[in-house]
Amino acid sequence: MRSSTTSGPNPAGEKQFVIGRFPGFAATSWIFLLYLYIPIFLLIIFSFNASHSATIWHGFSLEWYLKAFGNDDVQRAAVNSLIVAFIATVVATVVAVFAALILARGGRFRGRGLSYGILMLPMTMPEIVTAVATLSFFTAIKLDIGLGRVVIAHTVFCIPFAFLPIRARLQGMDTTLEQAAQDLYANEWQTFRYVTLPLLMPGIISGAMLSFIISIDDFIITLMVAPAGSTTLPLYIYGMVRMGVTPEVNALSTVMLAISLVFVSTSYLIGRKKQAGTANQ
Amino acid sequence: MRLLQSTQMRRVLGLGPALGIIGFFMVVPIAIIIVFSFMKSNPYGGVNPEFSLEAYKQFLFERNLMDELVFNAAYLRIFGRSFLLAIGTTALCLLIGFPTAYYMSRQPARRKNLMVFLVTIPFWTNLLIRAYCWILLLRDTGIINNYLIKWGIIDEPLTMLYTNFAIFLGLVYTHIPFMVLPIYARVEKLDFNLLEAAHDLYASRQQLMRHVILPLAAPGIIAGSLLVFVPCLGDFIIPNLLGGGKHLMIGSLIQLQFGGSRNWPFGSAAALILMSFVLIAMMIYVWGPGRKMKPEGDA
Amino acid sequence: MPKPAIEIKNVTKIFQGHTGHPVTALDHVSLTIEDNEFFTLLGPSGCGKTTLLRLIAGFEYPTQGEIVLFGDSIRGLPPQQRPVNTVFQHYALFPHMTVAENVGFPLKMQGQRPDEMTRTAARMLDLVKMADFGDRMPDQLSGGQQQRVALARALAPQPKVLLLDEPLSALDLKLRQEMRVELKNLQRQTGITFVFVTHDQVEALTMSDRIAVMSMGRLQQEGTPIAIYEQPVNRFVADFIGETNFIQSTIAGIENSGARCTIGPGTTLGTGATADKGKGDAVTLAIRPEKIRLVKSDGAADGLQGRVAECIYTGTDTNYQVELENSDVRLVVRGRNAITGETLFKVGETVVLNVAEGAARILAD
Repeated sequence: MRSSTTSGPNPAGEKQFVIGRFPGFAATSWIFLLYLYIPIFLLIIFSFNASHSATIWHGFSLEWYLKAFGNDDVQRAAVNSLIVAFIATVVATVVAVFAALILARGGRFRGRGLSYGILMLPMTMPEIVTAVATLSFFTAIKLDIGLGRVVIAHTVFCIPFAFLPIRARLQGMDTTLEQAAQDLYANEWQTFRYVTLPLLMPGIISGAMLSFIISIDDFIITLMVAPAGSTTLPLYIYGMVRMGVTPEVNALSTVMLAISLVFVSTSYLIGRKKQAGTANQ
Repeated sequence: MRLLQSTQMRRVLGLGPALGIIGFFMVVPIAIIIVFSFMKSNPYGGVNPEFSLEAYKQFLFERNLMDELVFNAAYLRIFGRSFLLAIGTTALCLLIGFPTAYYMSRQPARRKNLMVFLVTIPFWTNLLIRAYCWILLLRDTGIINNYLIKWGIIDEPLTMLYTNFAIFLGLVYTHIPFMVLPIYARVEKLDFNLLEAAHDLYASRQQLMRHVILPLAAPGIIAGSLLVFVPCLGDFIIPNLLGGGKHLMIGSLIQLQFGGSRNWPFGSAAALILMSFVLIAMMIYVWGPGRKMKPEGDA
Repeated sequence: MPKPAIEIKNVTKIFQGHTGHPVTALDHVSLTIEDNEFFTLLGPSGCGKTTLLRLIAGFEYPTQGEIVLFGDSIRGLPPQQRPVNTVFQHYALFPHMTVAENVGFPLKMQGQRPDEMTRTAARMLDLVKMADFGDRMPDQLSGGQQQRVALARALAPQPKVLLLDEPLSALDLKLRQEMRVELKNLQRQTGITFVFVTHDQVEALTMSDRIAVMSMGRLQQEGTPIAIYEQPVNRFVADFIGETNFIQSTIAGIENSGARCTIGPGTTLGTGATADKGKGDAVTLAIRPEKIRLVKSDGAADGLQGRVAECIYTGTDTNYQVELENSDVRLVVRGRNAITGETLFKVGETVVLNVAEGAARILAD
């Protein structure tokens, strides 16, 4: 009934059936990664180009970095970006911690699902919708507080990004440790202070870092709500890109990429660090 | 009773700030654009507080010189183009993303983590910059054309930027991590014994894929498709930068109404229509077939 | 003459270990499993028994050697082309299919017609007493029920050989005892060759027609449960299956039936066979605790004398540790308890040990 292969020596190179391997999948994956990274690498390489041309290689130089950093407008935009990101991150992370504690630990209650839905709203809504809605709102209530408008808008969409890693951490945490703490005479506050919070810390840091990058990188919402004079780095870069491709944009973009990379890596490493009382992954 | 009150109190205090901020600065604004969409536009920006359905009519009709409504397909075309591009992008992302996610999940732990990390990084880097990378490549005087001419392969630069092709390429490029990660989160949890069991029970490779792997990966595929489709539909940066504003999509149309064109009611109406598409898609996801098996993988 | 179900011919399997060093999971194993046999691969974890099972199933391929199924080599055949099915340790039921769909799966893969498929699946579920559960999802079943479904699924395509990878290990004790009987019955009913992997010697002894004991990737002994228990060939087998007293000894002389071995000054024991050893050779003796009988010593020194050093009451039996007179050897002796419910001997009592003729065995290594 079944076919059988002839017996004999088993040459090492014989092709064997490997379970779970599909032809073409490996090639697709590696091509995909190349597609993902080649443009980024080219951008980085050409940011060091010693020529006015942004797209033909002439030699290595840091000229464009120096020029970009020396630019007053760039400095102002960078400071604005940092102020916005810092305030938005702190506020979003603090409120996200409390929300996560209630939603992950506070038991079942009416409105739990709705609360979660509202928390996730800024993440699910198309950015352009949020952007025009926020602009309309600020105009309607005549809120004219300069950079403050950007800070408020950023805080809103940073909340879900801060919330998710914190909640994930809480869900992975073994409640027996807290029970043990209470068994060992810790009151509620002490349990939180000495057990829950330290265990939660990687999630909080991870959430804060992600909020920070999301804020630093935001473009569409900032474009709509930022009043004149409240330019952030992405807005500045956008303005330059519209004028044309210059090596200075390459340099600035590379710096922004580097910032993101540092933050994501740190967040990732902290998130991965296993602690007692936390489930794997 | 007192305990109930205190837990109740704690819930209010704990959730209050987050929900308050989002409620006041997000839910209220959405309500405001709903109101705006039923008002008349003010050519100097903002709205005139008079009830009007003009904004919605404008999608299908325009007023000619005699102030009569005549059918106008321009906006329908923009919606149509957005849908086609979003669907095409989703399909291509799936075609590349599924094999990649599956392949990643079958790697040894260290390489697996590295690959996940590599896919995640672009997810967190600036969309504007990633779009700009392609301008650098695709422009008439971009890296590709410059080097093709330099090496004598072509004489005239190929027109690649400001085409539908460029938009498509850019959309796939910027959205594909959203496809890979949820699928990966699913297939990574796949019990290898199931694959062995399927083969043991006479499934061929194709049958294994069709009857075991794909059904089990389905929630991830659905989640990934939504995560690609929804932002694609409303994308603004890519069509703007890589399409050069010539090939409008819904996102750019909305932005224009609040920018240069100054028709806020129409912009609000367009935003609401986009939002309802998204809500429909979400409802299909939440109450549809994938209900029982939501992806657990957070980015 | 009927062909054997499975012939394992000199099979070696080497894995690339995590550290990069090759790990030999199977080392030149040869085995023959007859048709219609309940055959058990027994050994501690890491002995290679599961690897051997996976080689038969086709999940792995041998580095060297060959596996023959009913006279045909199955070298290079993927699992879906082997008339062999596996019951996985954790069952591997498809979570997105109902019980009936799970059982019907192999039939669907083989292209059976839907109505025929439904009938076969129903018959199989009936066979494992799960007829009423066809519409359930696997996660709605208890461990024992999942086990039955996994069995039905593996039996549905009527394989020539059923491979069972520690299928009872996830069940609790009562259920496990029940399933042992059922598995054995199922094997008799279906007439399919069962290859059963376990580390549980009781499971192996109670269910098997024949057992292969494995350790460190090597086959140690192959035989019926009685042969394995009564005539272990080496220390590993004697130690792994049941309880055994090991005594270092030298052969004092050869007798007609076996050897006489010295176990202390002036104390000797007769053995059943010599295992090709000669006078003066140092040997290891193995004696099962239940093959020694204790009698109260009346002072007269005849036979093996000892003193009870420890009494461990286990219900039906008591395990005594007896220190031999004039020797530092300590033997475990198992004695049935008296009807009065008391242990027959007390710590410190002097006793005589009666060792049945041939109960002491010289081990081959």
